[in-house]
Amino acid sequence: MTTTTPVPASSNKPRVPLWKRLPIVHQLRQSVGLQRGMLIAGLIIVGVFLLTALFAPLLAPYGFSQLSDENGNFGAQVPPGGNHILGTTVGGYDVLSRVLWGSQTALAVIVVAVILSIFAGVALGLISGYIGGWLDRVLVVVADAVYAFPTLLLAIVAAIAISGGQSNLWGGVFAAAISITVVFIPQYFRVIRAETVRIKAEAYVESAKVIGSSTPRIMVRHVLRNATRTLPLIFTLNASEAILTLAGLGFLGFGIEPSSAAEWGYDLNKSLSDVTSGIWWTSVFPGAAIVLVVMGITLVGESLNDLADPRLRTRRRSDGTPPLTATTTAVPGGDLDDAANISGLEARS
Amino acid sequence: MSSVAALPTQQEPPASKKKAKPSGGNLWRYIVVRFLLIFPTIFILVTMVFLLMRTIGDPITAALGGRLTPDQLQERIHSAGYDRPVIVQYFEYLGQVFTGNFGTAITDGQPVSEILVKYGAATLELAFYALIVAFIVGIPLGMVAAYFRDKAPDAFLRVFAILCYATPVFFAGLLLKLVFSVGLGWLPVAGRASTRTELDITSIDNPTGIYLIDAARVGPDALSDVLQHAILPGIALGLLTAGVFLRLVRTNVIGTLSMDYVDAARSRGVSEFRLVTKHAYKPALIPIITVIGLQIALLLGGAVLTESTFEWKGLGYELAQYLSARDFVAVQGIVALLAVIVALSNFIVDIIAAAIDPRVKY
Repeated sequence: MTTTTPVPASSNKPRVPLWKRLPIVHQLRQSVGLQRGMLIAGLIIVGVFLLTALFAPLLAPYGFSQLSDENGNFGAQVPPGGNHILGTTVGGYDVLSRVLWGSQTALAVIVVAVILSIFAGVALGLISGYIGGWLDRVLVVVADAVYAFPTLLLAIVAAIAISGGQSNLWGGVFAAAISITVVFIPQYFRVIRAETVRIKAEAYVESAKVIGSSTPRIMVRHVLRNATRTLPLIFTLNASEAILTLAGLGFLGFGIEPSSAAEWGYDLNKSLSDVTSGIWWTSVFPGAAIVLVVMGITLVGESLNDLADPRLRTRRRSDGTPPLTATTTAVPGGDLDDAANISGLEARS
Repeated sequence: MSSVAALPTQQEPPASKKKAKPSGGNLWRYIVVRFLLIFPTIFILVTMVFLLMRTIGDPITAALGGRLTPDQLQERIHSAGYDRPVIVQYFEYLGQVFTGNFGTAITDGQPVSEILVKYGAATLELAFYALIVAFIVGIPLGMVAAYFRDKAPDAFLRVFAILCYATPVFFAGLLLKLVFSVGLGWLPVAGRASTRTELDITSIDNPTGIYLIDAARVGPDALSDVLQHAILPGIALGLLTAGVFLRLVRTNVIGTLSMDYVDAARSRGVSEFRLVTKHAYKPALIPIITVIGLQIALLLGGAVLTESTFEWKGLGYELAQYLSARDFVAVQGIVALLAVIVALSNFIVDIIAAAIDPRVKY
């Protein structure tokens, strides 16, 4: 039914629709049982995180730097309850609002950091792997040196260089994101380089060379397109590490000032002294937010990793055609849902 | 120079796809080549740290900016040589690093190498505790997860491993403190030992700085006090690595369980439990040795945060103090020093792995 050779769109032979070939959707359809459960749980957490980040201004009862309302000052270290469901911090901020607004900062940093490191890392890896020679060797040694170094220390040094340690909202977001980027470039670089070296030897690259395609064209059209297979995986791993690095920077006092944005690591740093006196709400909630988001992203990443690793893959659905006869999944009803979706979409298209 | 061509792949951790290029040679040659590779690594890191730190200008203004008059500031900058061209400073700095001089802190005038001697032992001790926790928790649980593959215990343990990774060490530390120190009152809140024990320890001859050894020489009370202080920081930092070990052991045991020799043992009637505990786990431990190399970097990064959380006076705690004092000479010195430590320990781990694992190509 499905064919792997390109078919004109007007052909009446159904081709696997684009949405089913998208990274996450493809794996979701491929997964079964426990793996599917973990993937779905991760996707739900990430979805909630994204929604919270986007709608933080509507969800949060107060502003992230708001210290008082019409009833006067909030007061410091007010226990949870009443007007402040999760209490207030030592600085007199509303904990719930800070936690909700913090998701926005985290998302901004992830997006900026991942975009920057994908562009820089992919470009370097592609050039290094395809062109080779001394440039390749130098870049590999540099990337390995940076890769072996503690990420947090490197991020600290980068943060000092970028912002001198003091930051406002966008300055802080960019400082954190660029510091994280410096750490991530080697990871993208290594993966893309390894793939490029592999693909370079493929017959279709040779053919492209023979018919006289230019080097940039081969690199982008033939190599890059096929080398991006592993990107979603590193993307998820880096997104979770970006949050942890941001929190670590914040915890060491290199985060974003509380008046310019809410940041979970900063709040945890300030709550360090509260803990000794038994005040738990100032640390538990921002900390739990970090754990939840990182866990959600990691669950997605882990599942993608397992599905890609043949040693860990148990059973796997057939990639293309909808598994109409497969009724033996461990998730009861999983297949039915899937089949319903597919038929629904096919009917529309 | 075929060996040079093979160098880049040698340094890649085995966790990644390793394109082994067997270039012949023996273990000794590998050791020499691998040793020589330390120098470019250290050189690159030190250069990078130096350049990044200089982009914000001279460190004296950063540290003492508001506190001195412009004239005094200028004088300090001149006497420290920060008004010379960056390239001159850079070569001078390289020469200093090469001779083991990592600079002198601006705020308290301590040489960085002395800071290492004074506080290095504490960080080493913390990393040691953390590794013990990681082994005790990670390896058996990884085997359990592999044994119950795709069943409920496996699912639970995998989520646990992710949880270990997802929890920042300082938050884990805060939670442990809340529950065990403040809530239950079982364990001390912070520090490496109580004041009394610390006095006892400093009064003995030739203290090693490693409290575990020093306290054992003082007496059982001091030893139990030191161990009580070590439990929470050790767990907070150790769980981070335990999650990595758990996943690694699980993956590798599952991998070896499908090997021919395990199948052969299974067909002889060896029980599944015995297969996991006797036949499959030993080959699965080899990757752990190589991963420890990467974990050292993770542990050092984590140590900065753990030490700040528990006021554990080690290198990381000092680094955090200098960071908040904006003493960037000390920061640069400590970070460069840690780069050397990471490069050296990676070298040692690579050699051990090459000596143990017949599959490592050199």
